[in-house]
Amino acid sequence: MGEEAKPKYIPDPNSAKAKLGKIAKEHYDNLWIAKEKGEMIGWCASNFPQEIFQTLGLTVCYPENQAAAIAARGGGGRLCEVAEGEGYSNDICAYARISIAYSQVKDIEEQNMPQPDYLLCCNNICNCMIKWYENLAKELNIPMILIDIPFNPDYKVSKEEIAYVKGQFLDAIRQLEEITGKKWSDEKFEEIMKISNRTSKAWLEATSFCKYNPSPLNGFDLMNHMAVAVCARGTVEAAEAFELLAKEYEESVKNGTSTFRAEEKHRIMFEGIACWPHLRFTATELKSRGINLVATIYADAFGFIYDDFDGLIEAYCNVPNAINLEHARDKRTAIVKNNKVEGLLVHVNRSCKLWSGFMYEMSRQIAEECNVPLSTFDGDQADPRNFSEAQYETRVQALTEIMEANKGVR
Amino acid sequence: MYTLGIDIGSTTSKCVLLEDGNKIIATSLVVAGIGTNGGIKCMNEVLENAKVKREEIAYIIATGYGRKNFSEANGELSELSCHAKGVHFADPEVRTIIDIGGQDAKVIRLNSKGILENFLMNDKCAAGTGRFLDVMATILQVPIAEFETQARSTKEPAKISSTCTVFAESEVISQLANGSKVECVIAGICNSVASRVAGLAKRVGVKEEVFMSGGVARNGGVRDALERELQVSIKYSEHSQLMGALGAALFAYEKIGAAE
Ligand code: SF4
Repeated sequence: MGEEAKPKYIPDPNSAKAKLGKIAKEHYDNLWIAKEKGEMIGWCASNFPQEIFQTLGLTVCYPENQAAAIAARGGGGRLCEVAEGEGYSNDICAYARISIAYSQVKDIEEQNMPQPDYLLCCNNICNCMIKWYENLAKELNIPMILIDIPFNPDYKVSKEEIAYVKGQFLDAIRQLEEITGKKWSDEKFEEIMKISNRTSKAWLEATSFCKYNPSPLNGFDLMNHMAVAVCARGTVEAAEAFELLAKEYEESVKNGTSTFRAEEKHRIMFEGIACWPHLRFTATELKSRGINLVATIYADAFGFIYDDFDGLIEAYCNVPNAINLEHARDKRTAIVKNNKVEGLLVHVNRSCKLWSGFMYEMSRQIAEECNVPLSTFDGDQADPRNFSEAQYETRVQALTEIMEANKGVR
Repeated sequence: MYTLGIDIGSTTSKCVLLEDGNKIIATSLVVAGIGTNGGIKCMNEVLENAKVKREEIAYIIATGYGRKNFSEANGELSELSCHAKGVHFADPEVRTIIDIGGQDAKVIRLNSKGILENFLMNDKCAAGTGRFLDVMATILQVPIAEFETQARSTKEPAKISSTCTVFAESEVISQLANGSKVECVIAGICNSVASRVAGLAKRVGVKEEVFMSGGVARNGGVRDALERELQVSIKYSEHSQLMGALGAALFAYEKIGAAE
């Protein structure tokens, strides 16, 4: 006798979760509709100023989101191997390998999206991104627009940097008008800036509820909701869904409920990208020990708040991946203190030189300043082969034992 | 009252049987680790040595990579906490433990109460672990047990600059091909492990006294090299390998105490 199938969990359609899920799904559906109508499709880096194409009314999608979805659904290893078979080294970011492989395979069961007609790249994420997009552009013979926002070795963004990026921003508009035939409108730009700010504020507001003790949310929720913060920041629907999410969290705080379905015994900061291929294992291991993720720099990563055009440029220069060690450390230290974090769990990500390079030293400084224990584990955000369950368990267990000892539990 | 600690590692299983939380009655070590029946064998051996029956043991705590799969245990703890506990019992002055096992290398900082304060482990790579030494021993066809005397017999260690096991392997082969003496190569290998682990230790911050535990602690060649790298003297005991199991037995005793 086979087991009875469990009824599929369907969230309340009026809940923020359902709304966010719908936006994420519609994002992909709309791409196909646009493609069928003969519209041009762009592939876009996650921290490319979305205000540009929102204003122009272009349809774009995000290879990083897609790669994460593919990895979470178990296809990361397969596509990485396709790229490696083409000669790409397994030292290259797994998102890049998956995306390059997808541009060749074109049809997979995990997550399809239409092939691009042009590429929008911005290296405030990392420099690997440039080569990844250049390869796509060459292979597919399509134009690529790059906004160069270099890693900032200084603490603050200089006027010169703003001017440098602004020039490129304006040039990107011109190029896109040429490529797609769409026209720029200043009024529309104003409106998009307003909506984007509204969404960002709501997103930051929702993520700020992690500070409550216990937190009304399981921090892993944010890693999922983030997809909408990336792909629909300039839309009213996203703003409304995040506002609703914040309201729900507010209610939960009042009622003492939480989406973290266990007793919250310990509060940690999870540093780095989620380990998508092993998301369930990594999250369950924490939950089984009563560890809730109450802090992640991701919350900040997609909250772009600004007052004017210069402010917008500055916000894109200040994304977490583009700032220097001291600045990155201070941002995190503030979160750790504010959210009453008791331990740091650092994902040393094989794929991502950027997220791993200064991680050792930065997390050491944060742990020292905040007087919290620190544990690292090896993993990869999308290549399943670079992770060991036993290692993860041991590191998490040791971290738990220190947190317990600090509380005098043992 | 008897409590038992068992440490099931990647290559060996170790047991310590404790009476009243302060007297070591018997110990055992079997060269068979996780995924084998090493755990059970090791436990039976320690019981036999001590002439104690299984039913007489009040509480068992398992540690090491095989800790989850040892069905005889009443509880399990990470080897980090257990090493800290065991070493503190053996020598309360110790504040830094350098533990090099078959599978990983770790540096543990503990406080004056023997409680784990912080730790760092090697990243997923065999460099700086017992496995690295095993691979080198196979290439050189020199048993690990002889590494100490060989390394100490030369003042001219070869330079093995690579920390990657695969690269180091070819480096060793070319050193030998170029006429380097085996003892010089062995000394170089010990230095290479030490420098890799010293890197970890410096990141955690070395606080004296420093103790070395784990299987590789028996290798004086690596100990000497570590002392030079870190500029501290490093304590070590013949029972270095048993510290995790000892800590587990101590925790088991505390568990019972707390319950009573
Ligand atoms: S994961 Fe790291 S290397 Fe890959 S695209 Fe993102 S920032 Fe770049």
